[in-house]
Amino acid sequence: MFFCGLIQTLASTKSDPISPTNIFAPDSTPANSLYHLSIFELEILGVIFVVVFSLLAYAVVKFRQRKEDDSEPPQIYGSNQMELAWTVLPVLIVVVLFLTTAQVIHRVQDARRPEGAIEVTAVAHQFWWEYRYPQYGLVVANELHVPVSDPSHPTPTFLGLLSADVDHSFWVPRLAGKTDLIPNHPNTTWIDPHETGIFLGQCAQYCGTQHAKMLLRVYVQSRDDFDRWVHDQQQDSAADPSVAAGRALFVAKGCFACHTVRGVMAIGRIGPDLTHVASRETIGAGSVPNTPENMRRWVHDPGTFKPGSLMPPQDLNDNELDQIASYLMTLH
Amino acid sequence: MASEAIPLTIRKGPLAVVYEWLATADHKKIGLMYIVYALLFLVIMGIEAILMRIQLAHANSTFLSPQVFNRLFTMHGTTGVFFVAMPILFGFGNYLVPLMIGARDMAFPRLNAFAFWMTALGGLLLYGSFFAGAGVSQAGIAPDVGWFAYAPLTATAFSPGHSTDYWTLSLLVAGVGSIAGGVNFIATILCMRCPGMTLSRMPLLAWMNLVMGGLVLVTISPLTAAQLMLMADRYLGAHFFDTVAGGSVVMWMHFFWIFGHPEVYVLIIPCFAFISEVIPVFSRKAMFGYPAMVAATVSIGFVSLGVWAHHMFTVGMPSYGNAFFVLTTMVVAVPTGIKIFNWLATMWGGKIRFATPMLFAVGFLFQFLIGGLTGMMLATAPFDWQLGNSYFVVAHFHYIIVGGIMFAIFAAFYYWYPKMTGRMLSETLGKWHFWLFLIGFHLTFDFMHIPGILGMPRRVYTYEAGRGWETWNMISSIGTVFQAVAILIFVYNMVSSYFVGAVVGNDPWDAWTLEWATSSPPPEYNFAVVPSVRSRRPLWDLKHPDDPDWKYE
Repeated sequence: MFFCGLIQTLASTKSDPISPTNIFAPDSTPANSLYHLSIFELEILGVIFVVVFSLLAYAVVKFRQRKEDDSEPPQIYGSNQMELAWTVLPVLIVVVLFLTTAQVIHRVQDARRPEGAIEVTAVAHQFWWEYRYPQYGLVVANELHVPVSDPSHPTPTFLGLLSADVDHSFWVPRLAGKTDLIPNHPNTTWIDPHETGIFLGQCAQYCGTQHAKMLLRVYVQSRDDFDRWVHDQQQDSAADPSVAAGRALFVAKGCFACHTVRGVMAIGRIGPDLTHVASRETIGAGSVPNTPENMRRWVHDPGTFKPGSLMPPQDLNDNELDQIASYLMTLH
Repeated sequence: MASEAIPLTIRKGPLAVVYEWLATADHKKIGLMYIVYALLFLVIMGIEAILMRIQLAHANSTFLSPQVFNRLFTMHGTTGVFFVAMPILFGFGNYLVPLMIGARDMAFPRLNAFAFWMTALGGLLLYGSFFAGAGVSQAGIAPDVGWFAYAPLTATAFSPGHSTDYWTLSLLVAGVGSIAGGVNFIATILCMRCPGMTLSRMPLLAWMNLVMGGLVLVTISPLTAAQLMLMADRYLGAHFFDTVAGGSVVMWMHFFWIFGHPEVYVLIIPCFAFISEVIPVFSRKAMFGYPAMVAATVSIGFVSLGVWAHHMFTVGMPSYGNAFFVLTTMVVAVPTGIKIFNWLATMWGGKIRFATPMLFAVGFLFQFLIGGLTGMMLATAPFDWQLGNSYFVVAHFHYIIVGGIMFAIFAAFYYWYPKMTGRMLSETLGKWHFWLFLIGFHLTFDFMHIPGILGMPRRVYTYEAGRGWETWNMISSIGTVFQAVAILIFVYNMVSSYFVGAVVGNDPWDAWTLEWATSSPPPEYNFAVVPSVRSRRPLWDLKHPDDPDWKYE
């Protein structure tokens, strides 16, 4: 049953990946290397399974006790030749698998960083992601944007992985295997997506109450779109006069203690940077779509979507909620 | 050699019976207490599992809150490893080892009782957290840090209250019990064998419990050390795992897994032992390749000490470090393969009787094979970068723990229950138990691999629709119904057979090792006359004086 399921999954193609997070629908060099190694190994293991299972099935059927046969079968105590055979053969298989594996480990982990690579520092927080682009002086949250990488002129993205609190793990299955984000233990990983689109994933190391809703979204864009996105994100926050009341409330109610909004007196670093929060498609680290209604409910009580979120419920009246939500929705 | 129990005619009052059990130092009574204690926790952890499967049956479920779900998987895992699997295996070992080596008790009977009561206290402490864990407002009432409790989630900043302290103390106390038990196994097996029983004539069960005892000594110690460090961090201002003060949380991982992986072998090696007793008896053949089995067991014991960091392929070890642990882990496959082939060769050319113990043993072989192969996938570091910490891993280790360890334990129950109680378990109910459990097991755990491949991480209390995970999770949840019914049948069978099961003599299975030479249940002193042996199968020699084993060994 297990192998049927596996084969069915394997038969999937990139155009129909069954799941947006299928590890067998890779779209990036590291994920591809892992994929090919996996297939090679599965073929070997499949053969082992068929052989041993057949022996077991044969023994169970062939050597059952016949009715009214109470005599003892011939007693055989062992055979050194057999022991040698089933020691040496597995040793050979292990050698082959190990050498192939070591090669892939080296290729993925010790990959050279080419000129033109994008540098991003990902900082995991309970329960959201912060992305810093030192090359562009940018800080964004939860939605990672990277340029597509043409295999002939690769522009991979190298991610430095840090944690602000506990252990987390960065896992976008179609782009790369997972790497943990551990406090005081910087790690790196890299991706070079070959196609544009949205790639999903989520935190893969239990990190507390809302581990389940610490989702990852990677937006792979054409180089032009990516440059435009960088340019937009580099601007200070919009200052729409129609929401001046909301902006004033944002400061007055102390939101700045945790959140940054560039261009306003708000430089908090505990929660996500909100300078361009309205440009994102989701809120709550991918929990819900970023609509005015959801934004209002989120500000009122994040626990309605994400119980255990570290942002406390806000003691605001309906009018204040409307104003703050409207203000946030202008921050494109 | 065969001995008869001297009948005890004194009638005891109920209090006297209770006192007798509480104060006993008899290895058989202690063994039974371990087993019953573990079965209670088995039911508890099963209920926890069912609750979690209800929650995960469909996307965006609100049946459980994330806080409750996180406590459930922490308690389920901790209970399963420390208060179900270990005690049940220690219980069988306690009961069987002295009988099988022709001894009258364990080497240190009082230490044995101490070990059991420490383990019992550990379990009570863990569940005591439900009553006293909160400590301060807003803090959880039961540990919710996961069974491997990665730092710094266990620091006071992230785990206020006392639930984590209950977890820590519980493992510390149970660990002391386990170490005492390990010492006792080693001493008993090395020093208490009956005349004629050289190491090379010892039943494989004794050999495997010897290796298990050695592993317990080596592996529980780092766990205990890590718990002490954690307590020092939480209450004495130490900084072992405090990254802000330069501590290392990766060190916790190393300490935990240098315990945690050999621990898997602490659990599976006694199961190898059950299988190595059941398969020969029900195939009517001597164990094939006894010296190779011993060598394979001992080498698994040693190699298992060098594989721990395969749980840490994603924490950013250098590439050569990862490669090293790939190699050591894959090497384990060689002695494990030797075992599987020797069991198959034992069945080969036999006359196999498919009584319930043998059914479970064959189920064990099949599932252990698959669990071993998925283990090879996870040993391949790059494959593990995808599969690690996903539901694939959950499926893999349940294949080993339920499909392997639990099946072997069930085989042991059906095989030795008549020895322990003097009555047979019902074969009809046994077969219902086997087939329902087999179906339930495969429904739950076969299909659990797939969401892992499709990117579902473990320990999520819910998931969004549209990831292709719903169907597989629903099937997994349905499987638990079959397993639960099978367990109820098993419990009913155990209880009812105690009163109405067919009464058996010394040796209902026509077996060959020494425990079958004494009465069922054995008298307190086991053997009226200490037996002496000339081969690995003393009862075979007795039954076949014209063709004894000692001529060939």
